[in-house]
Amino acid sequence: MAPAGHVVESHPVDQLLRSDRLPHIWCPGCGLGPIMNCFVQAMVESGIPVEKHVIVSGIGCTGRVPGYINIDSFHTTHGRAIPFATGIKLANPELEVTVFSGDGDLFSIGGNHILHATRRNIDLNIICVNNFNYGMTGGQCGPTTPKGAKTSTTPHGNPEDALNLVQLMGALGAVYVARWSALHVRQLERSIGRAFQKKGLAFIEVLAPCPIGFGRPNDLGEGLDEMHLYQEECIVDDGADLKDCSIDLRSHKPLVLGNFIDIERATYGEWE
Amino acid sequence: MIRAASAPAVLTGQHFMNGDIACAEGALAAGCTFLAGYPITPSTEIAEHLARRLPEAGGRFIQMEDEMASMNCILGAAWTGRRTMTATSGPGFSLMLENIGLGMITETPCVVVNVQRGGPSTGLPTLNGQADVMQAKWGSHGDYEAIAYAPASPQEMFDLTIKAFNMADTYRQPVFVLGDEAVGHMTERVTIPDASAIPRTAPKKPPFAPGEGRIYEAIDDDLVPPMPFVGEGYRIHMTGLTHDIRGYPVTSAEVHDVLVRRLNDKIRRNADKIMEWEEYLLDDADVCVVSFGSSARSTRHAINVARAQGLKAGMFRLITVWPFPGAQIARLSDRVKAFVVAEVNLGQIETQVQRFTARPVLGVHHGGGEMLRPDAILAAVQEVS
Repeated sequence: MAPAGHVVESHPVDQLLRSDRLPHIWCPGCGLGPIMNCFVQAMVESGIPVEKHVIVSGIGCTGRVPGYINIDSFHTTHGRAIPFATGIKLANPELEVTVFSGDGDLFSIGGNHILHATRRNIDLNIICVNNFNYGMTGGQCGPTTPKGAKTSTTPHGNPEDALNLVQLMGALGAVYVARWSALHVRQLERSIGRAFQKKGLAFIEVLAPCPIGFGRPNDLGEGLDEMHLYQEECIVDDGADLKDCSIDLRSHKPLVLGNFIDIERATYGEWE
Repeated sequence: MIRAASAPAVLTGQHFMNGDIACAEGALAAGCTFLAGYPITPSTEIAEHLARRLPEAGGRFIQMEDEMASMNCILGAAWTGRRTMTATSGPGFSLMLENIGLGMITETPCVVVNVQRGGPSTGLPTLNGQADVMQAKWGSHGDYEAIAYAPASPQEMFDLTIKAFNMADTYRQPVFVLGDEAVGHMTERVTIPDASAIPRTAPKKPPFAPGEGRIYEAIDDDLVPPMPFVGEGYRIHMTGLTHDIRGYPVTSAEVHDVLVRRLNDKIRRNADKIMEWEEYLLDDADVCVVSFGSSARSTRHAINVARAQGLKAGMFRLITVWPFPGAQIARLSDRVKAFVVAEVNLGQIETQVQRFTARPVLGVHHGGGEMLRPDAILAAVQEVS
């Protein structure tokens, strides 16, 4: 332990962050920082050489994560991270390829790609940061925005139902499906580590505060207030029925977290 | 699973094959080991043929969910160091343009084959067209310079596909093979040379160790940065955002101007090394017919007939439609009295020719659905003679 008052000059994961690009662009209270840290910690603990790790994103706030992680990193076009990552993985199966992107990127504009990559069971890790809105463009409604929620494009309340991502991914046949939050950093780090171990398409949804884009118009308070909400409303139930795991942040319905699915299924190109 | 090769990649010998199959064999001969595609007429035979041949030759084929996915998939695979390709037609090319732009700004080498059919939209799926010429140059947003070959025979579908791969590696960008339905579905003799006789340009690799250089720095006069591959330790950052020589996003006017100028200048300054054309009976010609692809075949016949009638006509056949050999048109302009432009569209290359000459330019056009008829080209030659 460093003595009290000692200034720590470096952090053990500094080498895995592009520290010359910090500070990052994210808003105060954003959930992306702790989630990114969980990924880096899990990568260190994976035992897989750093040179074998690759991270791919689409567009949006979460899409900026690869730019801060000091490994081979690819920031592609909106919605297209999965097919780009598929190309990397199939062309060089020795690489450990992670897609790190947002809910709108992966499930709206990129919805067709996640459907088919999961059906094919491409050996990818997909980390979906769900902040319930399009944050980068200023807080618009997205595929995970709860019905009735206020956003800049649903000023009268969202008329659409939200996707239940974990139910959808389970139905598509993902070999690993988990949901954690930006508060549950220990569980999330272990969950990412499990995704690295899984052969096939592993999916982790991570709930994250977006106090500027989504919290403010929906009276969720600051980022810390949403973390308190996670602390109070989240329950962990690995055996939960995924059809009951939809999310409505504005009611007191429990937010169900857990490692829901962990199965084996032949991956793309495996006949046996 | 990647299988061990059980069949040769280069089928040296004489063959009787259609243009689509010749293109697929050209890709194999060039060392392409990765194709992602989506079925579309009239290019589907390329994907079907490579679905069988690539795994036999030690490569990979994947049918993706759409053309946006296909294009991204080959970009990702290209960063592992493989030669990658996709093949499509107009509607699919429209969808690919989003990520052709990504390939341009991230300088990712790959080959995109567009076997053109009649458009706009679904148009004429099974019939001939040449109306995607301007789309290839201007279709993705922002400024970029295209390299596009226009094969006029199955042999050229083979030969120019190989050249497209070499140009993609030399200039680090997507390169187009702009075929057309008539050439794609035409069956002729194709000669495949010995593997040792097939030219292969190696991609330029960084002359520095990981961590010692900046991966998007164009350190040579050709303005093309060396390319590290995934897994080599360079800790690449690739982004579709405007980026500096480290690959880091920088959204400033200054950095953007530097980047976009270099992306365009690497082609403009090297255009003389890229452009190719054929001159047919032009030495004493009064009339120059400019054409390309299947239309050049009709043009050749029309010129032979015109010559038999005593008319001094010749053909300037574009082998690269992009970069466009405008200086050659200007040079010919000093010698010929008039130009005729023969193409299966309503004037896309005609307007290019007009930019480089003050001589009369007469277009011979068809909206699409068939090859140009030699009679129409001959009539135009007679009119301007």
